[in-house]
Amino acid sequence: MITALKFTLLLLALAFAQGLHYNYIDELDKEAGTVRAVQASQYVSLWPLPQKVKILDLSFKLTSFNIVDAKESSAGSSCSLLQDAYRRYYEYMFGIAKRQGPRKSRLTGPSELTELQVWITSPDSECDGYPSVTSDESYELSVDLPYAVLKAPKVWGALHGLETFSQLVYEDQYGAKSINSTAISDFPRFAHRGILLDSSRHFLPLKVILANLETMAMNKFNVFHWHIVDDQSFPYLSRTFPQLSQQGAYHPYTHVYTPADVKMVIEFGRLRGIRVVPEFDTPGHTQSWGKGQKDLLTPCYSGSKPSGSFGPVNPILNTTYDFMSQFFKEISTVFPDAYVHLGGDEVDFTCWKSNPDIQKFMDQQGYGQDYKKLESFYIQKLLDIVTTTHKGYMIWQEVFDNGVKLKPDTLIHVWKGNQEQYQSEMANVTSAGYKTLLSTPWYLNRISYGQDWHGHYKADPQDFNGTEEQKKLVIGGEACLWGEYVDATNLTPRLWPRASAVAERLWSAKDVTDINDAFNRLSVHRCRMVARGIPAEPLFSSYCPREYKGI
Amino acid sequence: GNFVSHSLYLHTVEGVWPLPQSFTSSTERYPLNPKAFYFGYGRQSAAQQDCSVLDAAFKRYFSLIFPDYTSGSGDKPFTVEIRVDHADCDSYPNENSSERYNLSVSAGQASLNAETVWGALRGLETFSQLVYQDDFGTYFVNKTEIDDFPRFQFRGILLDTSRHYLPVQAILKTLDAMAYSKFNVFHWHIVDDPSFPYQSRTFPDLSSTGAFHPMTHIYTQSDVRRVISHARLWGIRVLPEFDSPGHTQSWGKGQSDLLTPCYRGSTPSGTFGPVNPVLPSTYQFMARLFKEVSSVFPDSYIHLGGDEVDFSCWKSNPDVRAFMQKMGFGGDFTKLEAFYMEKIVNITSALKKTSIVWQDVFDYHERIPKDTVLHIWKGTPASYKEELSRMTKAGMRVLLAAPWYINHIAYGQDWRNYYTVQPLNFSGTEEQKKLVIGGEVCMWGEYVDATNLTPRLWPRASAAAERLWSDEKQTSSVDEAFPRLQDFRCKLVRRGIRAEPLHVGHCKHEYQGV
Repeated sequence: MITALKFTLLLLALAFAQGLHYNYIDELDKEAGTVRAVQASQYVSLWPLPQKVKILDLSFKLTSFNIVDAKESSAGSSCSLLQDAYRRYYEYMFGIAKRQGPRKSRLTGPSELTELQVWITSPDSECDGYPSVTSDESYELSVDLPYAVLKAPKVWGALHGLETFSQLVYEDQYGAKSINSTAISDFPRFAHRGILLDSSRHFLPLKVILANLETMAMNKFNVFHWHIVDDQSFPYLSRTFPQLSQQGAYHPYTHVYTPADVKMVIEFGRLRGIRVVPEFDTPGHTQSWGKGQKDLLTPCYSGSKPSGSFGPVNPILNTTYDFMSQFFKEISTVFPDAYVHLGGDEVDFTCWKSNPDIQKFMDQQGYGQDYKKLESFYIQKLLDIVTTTHKGYMIWQEVFDNGVKLKPDTLIHVWKGNQEQYQSEMANVTSAGYKTLLSTPWYLNRISYGQDWHGHYKADPQDFNGTEEQKKLVIGGEACLWGEYVDATNLTPRLWPRASAVAERLWSAKDVTDINDAFNRLSVHRCRMVARGIPAEPLFSSYCPREYKGI
Repeated sequence: GNFVSHSLYLHTVEGVWPLPQSFTSSTERYPLNPKAFYFGYGRQSAAQQDCSVLDAAFKRYFSLIFPDYTSGSGDKPFTVEIRVDHADCDSYPNENSSERYNLSVSAGQASLNAETVWGALRGLETFSQLVYQDDFGTYFVNKTEIDDFPRFQFRGILLDTSRHYLPVQAILKTLDAMAYSKFNVFHWHIVDDPSFPYQSRTFPDLSSTGAFHPMTHIYTQSDVRRVISHARLWGIRVLPEFDSPGHTQSWGKGQSDLLTPCYRGSTPSGTFGPVNPVLPSTYQFMARLFKEVSSVFPDSYIHLGGDEVDFSCWKSNPDVRAFMQKMGFGGDFTKLEAFYMEKIVNITSALKKTSIVWQDVFDYHERIPKDTVLHIWKGTPASYKEELSRMTKAGMRVLLAAPWYINHIAYGQDWRNYYTVQPLNFSGTEEQKKLVIGGEVCMWGEYVDATNLTPRLWPRASAAAERLWSDEKQTSSVDEAFPRLQDFRCKLVRRGIRAEPLHVGHCKHEYQGV
């Protein structure tokens, strides 16, 4: 696994340091008025913008530079998470070539910065732990002589601080690196800043997932919501029920995620401060489950005979719950995160309605014709099962809308409607005392011509009618890239830098809303991603000092 | 006989894209062994060994036909024998090149006959799409008879290297993918307002001050030659566009006095407008530039642009107004624009080149030289059909791009719109219809660079490719086209082209990059 990780790193780290150009302004375009030229922001290329930044007009050269543990740090050289991150950021800033050979100590000029000391201040650095929704991600960065200091209570903050430090480094025309004297104090506005990728509508090769985790870290995202299975295919290779992927994947060998693959994703994410929250959506969106698990789905009837097609999970059989118990027991051990996403969206009742056994059950239970009650019955039982695995759960908003009894710490994921509708949903969910997270304005799979990132940037998850207490129940949001029209060929440019707009909304202070300043910083940030080997698409006519070299 | 319609066997023999004009295949199939597979020249072929175009094509197509080099079952040799009527191996494809071919696949051999090497290239592409692998990796080709030719002679793709610079590699890769869809013209919109990446021999300042970066964001003469020679080997013409008098902001940086100084009241405002049409120096410059361009680009066509000229700067300039008076143009600036375009067209005519201009030029100026080709880019279906009628009625040749502005993206399967275009469905005589020489897919560059060009272009452009190549009656159903296009996009992915999916599903070999 280590070898594979290194390999991926090499692939990703077409390690150019970013080229931050002060002379980025294209005067002629400005005059022409036809093209909005990129101008220098006072915050140069910082993205997402830290909570407090002070950049002085005093620059230091970086000619012989190193990232080291501070003597006082509670995480030393044995913390491989940090050592890995030092190497990663060193390569992003200075390229691979310069790492060759021992760094000889040499005389340095008065304006040379030679060291960044990383100091984990709390006794438990959490170096070997997993990030969680309560992780402390704050950090303080001071770039000054004799050396720069990055202070963070936990490693998670240090990771973000390293990214910020790397964003401060710029180069002149000839590639010489400098950094300005800077003081930054930073922490995220929201604890849950996620990206949803859908590996069921199209299978996503591991490399693509890892590359996007890497890019997430550049944008300070901290949750990978892995919508791993759905109607179209079941690529998750279950140890308990191997038939699920054997029969339900697009291909049983080439289009599956083995336990080792899943482990690699989780560890790759952990090393970047990213949680991996798996979604196993039921009772709808489960067509592919049925192929490898007999009697799991409801047989649909046409008239008095089974039609041969199947509907949602069959909620009236005990075997269904036996299966779910075993299955989620496995999931709870494979995925270390404290949360699992249980879906619960878009359940189509027509098949249930057609099935005589279901009708009988409805009568017995006294549900009449209210199939929402049947859905609630199912979800309720499922939630009880998952509770026994000691996991918290996230569910799509319908489960809340349908009045299912939920544990108080359930996360409600809002995804439907127009702005007015989702804002009133957020108000309802929070007034019922539930924590919530917003995705509606950030369905990035929906594309249109032009700079649609403006809309993504302007949406704010706390913009709804509610008390301060209610607002505090909003723990963040997720950008969703559903997979109907997306696979490895177009995923990365479709996601970046559009998701970066969401990243700033979820990280930076509420009043960071200047769209022109955002354009200037985001333009340079996107070029930085390109220089790091990520095909992030352009915002508008312009250029990057280092264009994408892939094809 | 044992020949049946191909459509029954789409699942055993995947379709060919774009659909050939006449195609019959049977279930009889022959295993192919890469170790006993040969390309050869027929005895009666005018082209023989050392034909640069075909020798290079054999090399390419061998790897395209056998993407992984498994030893096939059986060791019966199989030969693709090529016979062409003209040994045009060292020439460039042009507007009159025949691309017709016929292909007959039988036991142990395929015969591919074509009038020109360009036709043979199209036939090789078709043959490569006929070969498939079974679940065990064995290669097969079915007994097949194909007679094929393009519906339109001009099937182009426009790339815009001014709004974003496209590295040469990205252009070359696009040329490869174009050949897979049988496109035959690369319209290189090489310069525009934002940047001037073409490094001119005569006027090096144009790129040294007008490019985004004078060293890293330019096309040197050898870059241009490389693009042209790569395109030639794939049977693709390279049509350069040097758009003027509008869209020329970047030209002004390296050529003083070329652009019109705009005035605010009675003083120059410091900004510049379109090319200055009143100075003789403008035409001296253009004559020298186009002389260079016409020698660098071998194609007999040059695109002169002529679109979207904003008159406000001309109006503000007292010298331009004085010139208008002198010429008796009154307040009609379209007359000034027509005056300018006529002079430019005359320059290229003198260089023995055919001019293509955007429709704007026709719209305000109906007496342009008859051999000029008009390029329609604007409007709704109703309005571009109207334009087609008017232009062809005036006896002008026309090229249609309006329905294929592929840079305009939307959620969902917008390729269906590109597919269902009917380029000849406008009111006009048969003679008028013949004046429509083809169509072009435009990928303007405001939101496109090397990071997203390929998945945005493919397979959406392939939908237009079939419309421009295949018989319209045989390809009238989008739903029938859908599975064939899905197969084709997986072929593109297999060939290393980042072609995006049409809808949910999978390819046997997914794209492995990021």
